[in-house]
Amino acid sequence: MTTVPALAIEDLRVEYPQADGGVLAAVDGVSLTIAPGEIHAVVGESGAGKTTVANALIGLIENPGRVAGGTMRIGGALLDPATGRGDGVQLGRDIGVIFQDPMTSLNPLFTIESQLTETMRFHLGLSQVEARARALELLKAVGIPEPERRLQSYPHQLSGGQRQRVVIAAALSCNPKLLVADEPTTALDVSIQAQILALIKDLARTRGLGVMLVTHNMGVVAETAHSVTVMLRGKAVEQGPVAQVLRDPQHSYTKALLAAVPRLDRKLTRFAVLTSEKSEAAHAARQAIAGKSPMERTPGDGPLLTVENLTVDYVTRGWLPGSKGRSMRAVDGVSFDIRAGEALGLVGESGCGKTTVASVIAGLVKPTSGRVLYAGETIVGEGAGRASRQASRQALQMIFQDPYASLNPRMRIGAILAEPVLFYRLAGSKAEAAEDAALLLEAVGLERQHAKRFPFAFSGGQRQRISIARALGARPRLLICDEPTSSLDVSVQAQILNLIKDLRDSTGLTLLLISHDLAVVRQMCDRVAVMQAGRIVEIEAGETLFETPRHPYTRELLSLVPRIDRIAIA
Amino acid sequence: MIRVLLARAAQMLMVMAAVTAVAFVIFRYVGDPVLIMSREDATPAEKAALSQALGLDQPVIVQFGRFVGRVLTGDLGNSFRNQRPVSGLIAERLPATLELVIVATVLALALGIPLGVYCALKPDSWLTRSIQTISLIGISTPTFVTGIVLILIFSVWLKWLPSFGRGDVVKLGWWTTGFLTASGLRSLVLPSVTLALFQVTLIMRLVRAEMIDVLSSDYIRYARARGLPAGYIHRKLALRNALMPVITVTGLQIGALIAFAIVTETVFQWPGMGLLFIQAVSFVDLPVMAAYLLFVGFMFVSINMAVDIIYALVDPRLRTRAA
Repeated sequence: MTTVPALAIEDLRVEYPQADGGVLAAVDGVSLTIAPGEIHAVVGESGAGKTTVANALIGLIENPGRVAGGTMRIGGALLDPATGRGDGVQLGRDIGVIFQDPMTSLNPLFTIESQLTETMRFHLGLSQVEARARALELLKAVGIPEPERRLQSYPHQLSGGQRQRVVIAAALSCNPKLLVADEPTTALDVSIQAQILALIKDLARTRGLGVMLVTHNMGVVAETAHSVTVMLRGKAVEQGPVAQVLRDPQHSYTKALLAAVPRLDRKLTRFAVLTSEKSEAAHAARQAIAGKSPMERTPGDGPLLTVENLTVDYVTRGWLPGSKGRSMRAVDGVSFDIRAGEALGLVGESGCGKTTVASVIAGLVKPTSGRVLYAGETIVGEGAGRASRQASRQALQMIFQDPYASLNPRMRIGAILAEPVLFYRLAGSKAEAAEDAALLLEAVGLERQHAKRFPFAFSGGQRQRISIARALGARPRLLICDEPTSSLDVSVQAQILNLIKDLRDSTGLTLLLISHDLAVVRQMCDRVAVMQAGRIVEIEAGETLFETPRHPYTRELLSLVPRIDRIAIA
Repeated sequence: MIRVLLARAAQMLMVMAAVTAVAFVIFRYVGDPVLIMSREDATPAEKAALSQALGLDQPVIVQFGRFVGRVLTGDLGNSFRNQRPVSGLIAERLPATLELVIVATVLALALGIPLGVYCALKPDSWLTRSIQTISLIGISTPTFVTGIVLILIFSVWLKWLPSFGRGDVVKLGWWTTGFLTASGLRSLVLPSVTLALFQVTLIMRLVRAEMIDVLSSDYIRYARARGLPAGYIHRKLALRNALMPVITVTGLQIGALIAFAIVTETVFQWPGMGLLFIQAVSFVDLPVMAAYLLFVGFMFVSINMAVDIIYALVDPRLRTRAA
């Protein structure tokens, strides 16, 4: 191509000084070019430096980090990283930005009009009236219904998808040459994600906009981008057209990364992982844990867990004591069973009520009506006995989504793990509990001496292992996992999911997996229930559901998931 | 919005009813009014007559009903000490306290907000460090010590400012103001600075913490990424978010200042509500104490109501939640 590229980065280096006097190169000699109208994806796992490349472009490298070398040109003009300006280029005018979370990137105290027009007033010198007219056009261009009314709205009155459209409108407001989109759809549901990606593709084509798409989602790359840069520890390890890199990866890291992505199109026995798993010691530890536990108890012939006609209304408090406010039905007549040893997946978009169902089973939320039975005894709802509820507390353990928020930062790992062991009197003495904690650590692939450390010393994936170990400490029959890997990288996700698989193999653990990620559910579950607006619309054996979905909503969900085997732009 | 206000008003009435009950209990049961009011050598007949005159021979519930009725019509009884209506005494003292509190609050906001913003924007400058250190002294020194030290420096040594009283005041209807005379303004300086010192520190630290929080938020990063000028981002976008909790705290503090200006008023012999209350306590002047309790309760409740309204005006999220 002979046209001037929208973006040309050459040999970019971003450094962070370290406490020991050394320097960490978060971005180390990265070069990339984006032509007008081209969507270029930058992929990699957390810490790879992909967001740092984007931040260097938009002048958001936090102190004490700094751009230590290399050049960045926007439409041929050199950008000064210190000021975000250059000869005829200016941040905000010539580079538009989209952030990951549309819920937090708009200021809650200002109207959409104010936030859309301020950029144009500063960069283009438009009057409020001119800027308003243009804001209206932009809202129409990004497909927001009733744009006139929306200008007067505040961010909280818009849905997540609408907010992201507003953010895109703001990014486009000054006719930029380049759009920097940092994980623009990660916080959105698949249906909204599909719409937003289609909008970005359309804008790139019609406006000749260069797009730098930072993402961890290989499916998004396959379906959206023209070309891709794969980053590992600050370096670009592979670069090229999407079709070439995804179909025929050259670098071993790219190959491993692609192999770790959960497949939606077929079920594999295990996830491919980058590092070898120390399986023998872990397996022995798991056997030891299972051996001294009530996990072996057989529940009889009936299902292990039965959910009967569960309904949950969230009622807002009235303005006088005793008066009722409005109510919202989160779960609407949900029924299902889980057999002992089975893995059931519960999938659906955000707000469909899947987490509420899990919370009711775990005893965290009281249902409006309906009941939950564990091994034939009612544990939640009408007629729930105290004794059976207590017993079920131990047998049902939960793992939460955010591994950073679910471990007490002031407790050592050993104490965190010994807590359920001592609470349920599974150890006679503290020393015995400590030995059990060490065993639990081995069972989840960590080391015994990790018990002495505090949670901050561990990465997200390690913390999720600790959460699993803590749940195992109670010797549960049923493990409820609420989005256990949503905040983890694909390679770490693969390890954690393999761990859960191994635990089930070693101990016969029953699993209830709640996830929005259909591919993960396909890999993990024997049976799958699809929820929409508080109801289960389809419940079916996993392979049947994925191969021949019957309900239109299931079919729609499946069609919307970005897949690495569907490369859009060859 | 209107529903929320109605709900607040209902809550306000309940709180006031509770405060009135407590005030009644003080009035009726702390000490024996007959014993306090009658001469030492009064005969039992005289005491009985006084008891009847005060309505103390009636059932408690009737007495409470009458008390509430009197409170609602603004009749708070007569002071035991100087036999004048309590409502009159309060009306006389109220302007002094309110003027002191208003000046102190304005001072606290005018100094606290800019200092807090500065400390948040320039965390490493030497000025920030000195402000932080000085503010620590400000927050840890008791009011009476600051007051006495200020009197020593500015009244005794430098002889610049008066050390006690309100100076000359101008009457505007029943309100007396010290704002309109030079001596009145000069008299306000030391007590209001003394009263404001703690508030400045509090507001400054609050603004600093909130501002640091807001500056690291996504929407401010996003505003930066759109290339908006730093001054505009800090002054217009960030500050408005950072001031939300300041509204609550300032509201609570105004209530607290009115109720607890006692120490400052005592140090400076400021003829306000606090001084009135201290004198009432030392003379067991029950009607004044009960009325003071009612008044402070009323101030707290109405300021909280005002805070709720301001909050709803500033934060659009509260407006629609109520609608």
